[in-house]
Amino acid sequence: MFDYDKWQEIFETIRKHKLRTFLTALGVWWGIFMLVILMGAGSGLENGVVGMFGSHARNAMYVWTQRTTKPYAGLPAGRFNQLTDGDIQAIEDRFGDMIEYMSPRMFVPSGEITHGDYKGSFSVRGECPEFVHIDAIVLEEGRFINPLDMDQRRKKVVIGRRVQEVLFPDEEPIGEYLQINGAEYQVVGIFRSDSSDEEEVQDVEETIFMSLATAQQVNNRPGEVNWFVCTINPKYQVAEVEEGIKDVIRERHKIHPDDPQGVRSNNVEEEFKEIMGLFTGIRILVWVVGIGSLLAGVIGVGNVMLIIVKERTKEIGIRKALGATPRSIISMILLESVFLTFIAGYLGLLASTGIVALLKIATGDGGAFFMNPQVNPGVAIGAMFILILAGALTGLVPAIQAANIEPVKALKDE
Amino acid sequence: MIKLENIRKSYTTGFNTLEVLKGIDLEIRDGEFVSIMGSSGSGKSTLLNILGILDNYDSGNYYLGDILVKNLSQTQAAKLRNQHLGFVFQSFNLLTFKSAWENVALPLYYQKIPRNERKDRALKYLERVGLLEWADHLPTQLSGGQQQRVAIARSLITQPRMILADEPTGALDSTTSHSIMKLFTDVNAEGITVVCVTHEHDIAEMTQRIIYLKDGMIEPESQRADAN
Repeated sequence: MFDYDKWQEIFETIRKHKLRTFLTALGVWWGIFMLVILMGAGSGLENGVVGMFGSHARNAMYVWTQRTTKPYAGLPAGRFNQLTDGDIQAIEDRFGDMIEYMSPRMFVPSGEITHGDYKGSFSVRGECPEFVHIDAIVLEEGRFINPLDMDQRRKKVVIGRRVQEVLFPDEEPIGEYLQINGAEYQVVGIFRSDSSDEEEVQDVEETIFMSLATAQQVNNRPGEVNWFVCTINPKYQVAEVEEGIKDVIRERHKIHPDDPQGVRSNNVEEEFKEIMGLFTGIRILVWVVGIGSLLAGVIGVGNVMLIIVKERTKEIGIRKALGATPRSIISMILLESVFLTFIAGYLGLLASTGIVALLKIATGDGGAFFMNPQVNPGVAIGAMFILILAGALTGLVPAIQAANIEPVKALKDE
Repeated sequence: MIKLENIRKSYTTGFNTLEVLKGIDLEIRDGEFVSIMGSSGSGKSTLLNILGILDNYDSGNYYLGDILVKNLSQTQAAKLRNQHLGFVFQSFNLLTFKSAWENVALPLYYQKIPRNERKDRALKYLERVGLLEWADHLPTQLSGGQQQRVAIARSLITQPRMILADEPTGALDSTTSHSIMKLFTDVNAEGITVVCVTHEHDIAEMTQRIIYLKDGMIEPESQRADAN
């Protein structure tokens, strides 16, 4: 039920006590403002760091070999063990059901890469078709490496966006040829990186991929592999499988089981979890600080309402003498308090979401550590309701106090 | 008819109990213009507060017409005040942030009368006290006498049975005081009972009957019906 007169009375009171109203509103405004800004900043940081992963598989691990540091089985320390197709096969045989995608890789040393008059130096790698499921890359045109390229060792390459810009500045590259180490390779696709980390993007987009088999052939290193990446079936933790996979390599190459150097690995999942753990901490901090400042705002309102009642003792006395019932006094004070907290909270919400939106525009999708800050609307609205409820609760005590003011005493109060 | 029967009232402060009214019997006829006189501490303000249902009494009976005013809840008391009584105070007690007409209209707000009608009626009563062109001024922009006229307009707007004035001229110079008392006389002539507490004799002389209070009792020898 909307009581027009009552609201008019409240608006009048508020309009004619601007400073008091402003001070009351400021605390609440600040509380919700801080909460939302903190939430936005937290999520921006989180999105920024998570964005650096792009579409890179979170459940990936990298494995490579280094010189051994311990003698084992009659063999001296300091040996280098080359990974081979046989190792990959053995790992797939043993852990086939746990491994999602397996992608062995090989570098192709290359000098200047040319196309007509255009040239540049880019890194060149041999890859299996599976690698697209692991790396943070997105196909823009054409196709990726396919099994046929592997089987027939075809001289087909997929190039990064930067490679296309340098070698094919004004030409459609698909179907065209470029020269690596004097041999011609046909471009079949163009990709870009979807990471938000500029450096990473540049590295990836300055790469040329061919099939692993082709790379092994042109390097004249049949059956060899530089290192491999694999993703683990989501039913398992990467850490559960990590040592098992390395043990297969150790066994096959007679590397001491306790040698810290012989076989190395990098667990992306653990890395990702660590970062996420950090953000759980940040989120808790945001909530503690945000709710703290909200609470301070609400207590501020209660405080100011108490002062207001004191200040208005005489007015309330006059109103009571003229026929105001205790109920009308209570509803006047309560409505004023709720109305103020609501408006102040709403303005705080508007201001802070506005700033978060501006930050979003300013940082865009490209910011390295900060991007796409967001505010959970449910949380924001929830905070508003808490504010209104708190406004009512903190208004209640002064309201009851006001209702019990004795007109006789209030009118004597000069 | 307003009737008080053996009204007693005492205040307790700390260990002391101070008996302020020691059995007041009083009748005020409808349409009478009465003043209550007495030195400070005689209980005249307390008596006025009881008449105004702003304060309770300990024992006795207070009849406002047919209504026994006794042991009322705050809400009931508020309604009775609003419908039957008008108040005029020494310090005017206008709301400083409301304009003259808004002050006059305030009692009607508590009768849930729509704003437009409130304004119409407030303007009518402001005209009645000669302040129509000051309707939109704030109390601080008015002289003391003007503020008291606004307060009187406010007390009249509900067409009460009785107006209670507590030292209405206490803060005014004598010329203004007399014009305010003239206004009360005119109001009274329309049939509204006026009870006025004062300690100034010349003011009291302008009323029809003076009730002398001393130490919480009415002095019977001073009771004069229809003083000229």
